[in-house]
Amino acid sequence: MNEVTPDKKIDIRGLVCPYTFVRSKLAIEGMEIGQVLEVLLDYEDASINIPKSMQDHGQSVLKVDKINDKEWILLIRKEKD
Amino acid sequence: MDFTEDQIHRYSRHIILPEVGGKGQEKIMNAKVFIVGAGGLGCPVGYYLTAAGVGTLKIIDNDKVELSNLQRQIAHSTDRIGMPKVDSVKKTFEALNPDVNVIALNQKITKENIFDLIGDCDVVVDGSDNFPTRYLVNDACVMAGKPLVSGAILRFEGQVTTIVPKLGHCYRCLFEEMPPAGLVPSCQEAGVLGALPGIVGGLQAMEVLKYILDKGDLLTNSMIIFEAMKARFRKVKVPKNPDCPVCGNNPTITELQDYDAEHCRLNF
Repeated sequence: MNEVTPDKKIDIRGLVCPYTFVRSKLAIEGMEIGQVLEVLLDYEDASINIPKSMQDHGQSVLKVDKINDKEWILLIRKEKD
Repeated sequence: MDFTEDQIHRYSRHIILPEVGGKGQEKIMNAKVFIVGAGGLGCPVGYYLTAAGVGTLKIIDNDKVELSNLQRQIAHSTDRIGMPKVDSVKKTFEALNPDVNVIALNQKITKENIFDLIGDCDVVVDGSDNFPTRYLVNDACVMAGKPLVSGAILRFEGQVTTIVPKLGHCYRCLFEEMPPAGLVPSCQEAGVLGALPGIVGGLQAMEVLKYILDKGDLLTNSMIIFEAMKARFRKVKVPKNPDCPVCGNNPTITELQDYDAEHCRLNF
């Protein structure tokens, strides 16, 4: 499978809930349907909560990757406005 | 959607709602709301709309703050007795949220000025305390096609309805004529338990926000009646009256009237 290339990247390291989701949601809102957002974060709860909330809001979670001890990368594809 | 850091924090609980989001918050921040009355209802309506970040809040009232207002009119305070009510709420609202442009109009609303006042607003809120104003605001909003969130309180009971001209009923579909002065409660009879305007004003603010966001069901075909003593909310259907003198098929009221009959001002 080909690697997905994100259309937009945000770095929300240092942020905690709910601002992790607020930032991710604002980023997604500003994108086109079908585009992919990459989120870099270091707040463990958000690595679970952001994908869950994004799915609740109708978006697709393509990847949740723990890249080291305390950092995660999420890939989210915008499915709806 | 370029929010400042402060705005992202201030409105975060709106932004995370699927029905609001950054786009909905932007709608709220672009909205212009006109509130009639800075009393029992105008205070909580304006307070919540200010907190929500409504772009412009225009509020009109020609009364001054009195000690007897403070049991329920929550945007005023003891050190503001004697100050025009609209100046008092402007101070309170600006302290809560400096983003909001509060336009304070210390004047009476009349048939001469009302069209200018509502003309540039997206939605009108009636928090007035007397029937002449209530009918003036209704008729003007119907004629100008402005949505109107109407609220009223007395003693332990309150009512809220939303009038979207052409779409649903208006105030005259419900109550065609102003009650004669003798049937209006005298000032001694017109008490109100202090938390009641907070409940009714809160419902009005919620209707305004839903209208701005274009989400949910508005009270355009119904009225909520709250009975505090029974702790009961009732939602009653309100049909549009095809014979309504102002919004019916053959209206007889086609221009604003002389509304200032001899009515006791209840001073809510």
